[in-house]
Amino acid sequence: MSNVATIMWITFHEARRRKMVLAALVLGLLFIALYVVGFLFIVYEAKLIVMGVSESSALEANPELLQAGQDVGLNFLTMAGLYVVHFLTIMLAIFASVDTVAGEISSHTIQAIATKPVRRWQIIIGKWLGQTAMIVPYLVLLSGGIIGSIYVITGYWPANVGQVVGLIVLQAMVLLSLSLLGGTRLSTLTNGVGLFMLYGLAFIGSWIEQIGYVLGSKAAVNIGIATSLVMPVEALWRLAANLLSPSLFSLDKRLSMLFGAASVPSSAMVLYAVAYAAVVLGLAVRAFSRRDL
Amino acid sequence: MDDLVIDAVGLRKAYGSKVAVADLTLQVPRGEVFGFLGPNGAGKSTAVKMLLGLVRPDGGRARVLGNAPGHTATMARIGFLPEHFRFHEWLPAWELLDVYGRLYGMRKEARRARIPQVLELVGLSEHARRPIHGFSKGMLQRIGLAQALLNEPELVILDEPTSALDPFGRMLVRGVIRDLKARGVTVFLNSHLLGEVEATCDRVSFIREGVVLQTVSLHELQGRQLHVEMKVDVVTPALLAVLDDLAADWHFADEDLHAVEPQPLPVLGRGAATAVAGKTSTTIELTLSGEEDIPLLAERVLRSGARLYALTPHKVSLERLFLEVVGREDSGQ
Repeated sequence: MSNVATIMWITFHEARRRKMVLAALVLGLLFIALYVVGFLFIVYEAKLIVMGVSESSALEANPELLQAGQDVGLNFLTMAGLYVVHFLTIMLAIFASVDTVAGEISSHTIQAIATKPVRRWQIIIGKWLGQTAMIVPYLVLLSGGIIGSIYVITGYWPANVGQVVGLIVLQAMVLLSLSLLGGTRLSTLTNGVGLFMLYGLAFIGSWIEQIGYVLGSKAAVNIGIATSLVMPVEALWRLAANLLSPSLFSLDKRLSMLFGAASVPSSAMVLYAVAYAAVVLGLAVRAFSRRDL
Repeated sequence: MDDLVIDAVGLRKAYGSKVAVADLTLQVPRGEVFGFLGPNGAGKSTAVKMLLGLVRPDGGRARVLGNAPGHTATMARIGFLPEHFRFHEWLPAWELLDVYGRLYGMRKEARRARIPQVLELVGLSEHARRPIHGFSKGMLQRIGLAQALLNEPELVILDEPTSALDPFGRMLVRGVIRDLKARGVTVFLNSHLLGEVEATCDRVSFIREGVVLQTVSLHELQGRQLHVEMKVDVVTPALLAVLDDLAADWHFADEDLHAVEPQPLPVLGRGAATAVAGKTSTTIELTLSGEEDIPLLAERVLRSGARLYALTPHKVSLERLFLEVVGREDSGQ
């Protein structure tokens, strides 16, 4: 296992020394700052509206309804923030990992590593863990920044936070596994393009499914499900969005379409995604072990 | 045989329709400095990669230190300097060696003791804390050599180890190879720099199109005939008689041969001194049976009436042998 730890160390520190993590972190913090500023303005404006409305309506006599209305608004804003976090995580997972195998093969750096007493599977697993060790804290920091700042400002804490963050982590793991598999056979550029195309396929598939669900088209829903099976990343987000905002979506299904969560995937999708990531990682190990370096 | 460090029989590798290594058979005994010579594109690097388990052969079999190529535990006993010496350039030299030491399975204390030694050996002690991306090509090759020696290997495989080095670096590599040999380490030197091979190797194999054409012992070659280059002012029949008598074989050097073409040798009648038109000297290449014939040749050339400008012995003409075995045709690769 020490070899896996060493490869993991190299992978993690390579990302750190290349200032990739720093750039992602700085931009991520900028995003949080922007979000917080925007959020403060929205909350301020909303309070004025609520105060105006409550003076002259039945809301004054019904504080529970007022609270529910506030929760829906905060729920919506939390989801908007986490939607961006999920998107940034997907970008980081693709950009950070797309070169880690393909680049070292094409530059021949891998020759100095693979001729040490190291098994090929240890190289792939070490790289996967190194990337994960970089992305997970990033994701936790960004999600924490969004949820924490909302909590500090309003005292609102959304539902199922742990599960939601876990699902976004799972998205990153699926992408990392796919990226490492692609890297064993494709050049860096081709691998990157391939990953984006696959993500794009899942994204479009997801929207077809949403629209199909709202319009009652079974064929469109099935197309979405099929693309989710090919690339389960978007389905995981829809599951996360649904867990995050039960109160919002219970109001109106059309509202949930904003975040692509009208048609909610089965929770079996989580198991499928875990199995998918594991199988793809296994295929990456197999492909790397068999290829000439 | 147990003392064979490398034992390969009939190795073959093709990439699509291009055959990189056709049929490679070679044996390297323990403690030998073995040279692997061939023109560019001869399949040398592919052969090395097959011996290290980086490339899977399509056919044949190989044993390295008694195990299959790439056998994990065996790789701890091998040091390898790749031809494309690219490392994690963001790491400082010391850290790179520390990471590689960890991959070799060396303990922390062992790494701390060994890293300064190898840095000193390759002359990079002063640059230990500098990131590698600031290194010159020669320094990169030196750090490559350091990582190949880090684990005190039994077998060191050097793929073009001096291609980026200046004369100091080349002398350093020669010294390192001699030191390894003195300690009983087997060295596999893949190079097309004949001077390096000639200066360090016990035995060489010539390879072309993935086939070993010939393997020769350089010690035997040195004991064999001696090639001499001689420069004289005129070619007289008396001189020709001396050459016929002393030399096992002789001919005019290529450029002078062209110069005398209008007047072929038979026309040079005995007794008539003939100077090649427009030239102050003529170069003749000849083969003597040993070093002891050199003063005798000088004496008899002078006695023949010719003036001797130069007499240069070439102890081992590996280049000549290379051209004879591999062929003069440039593959252009």
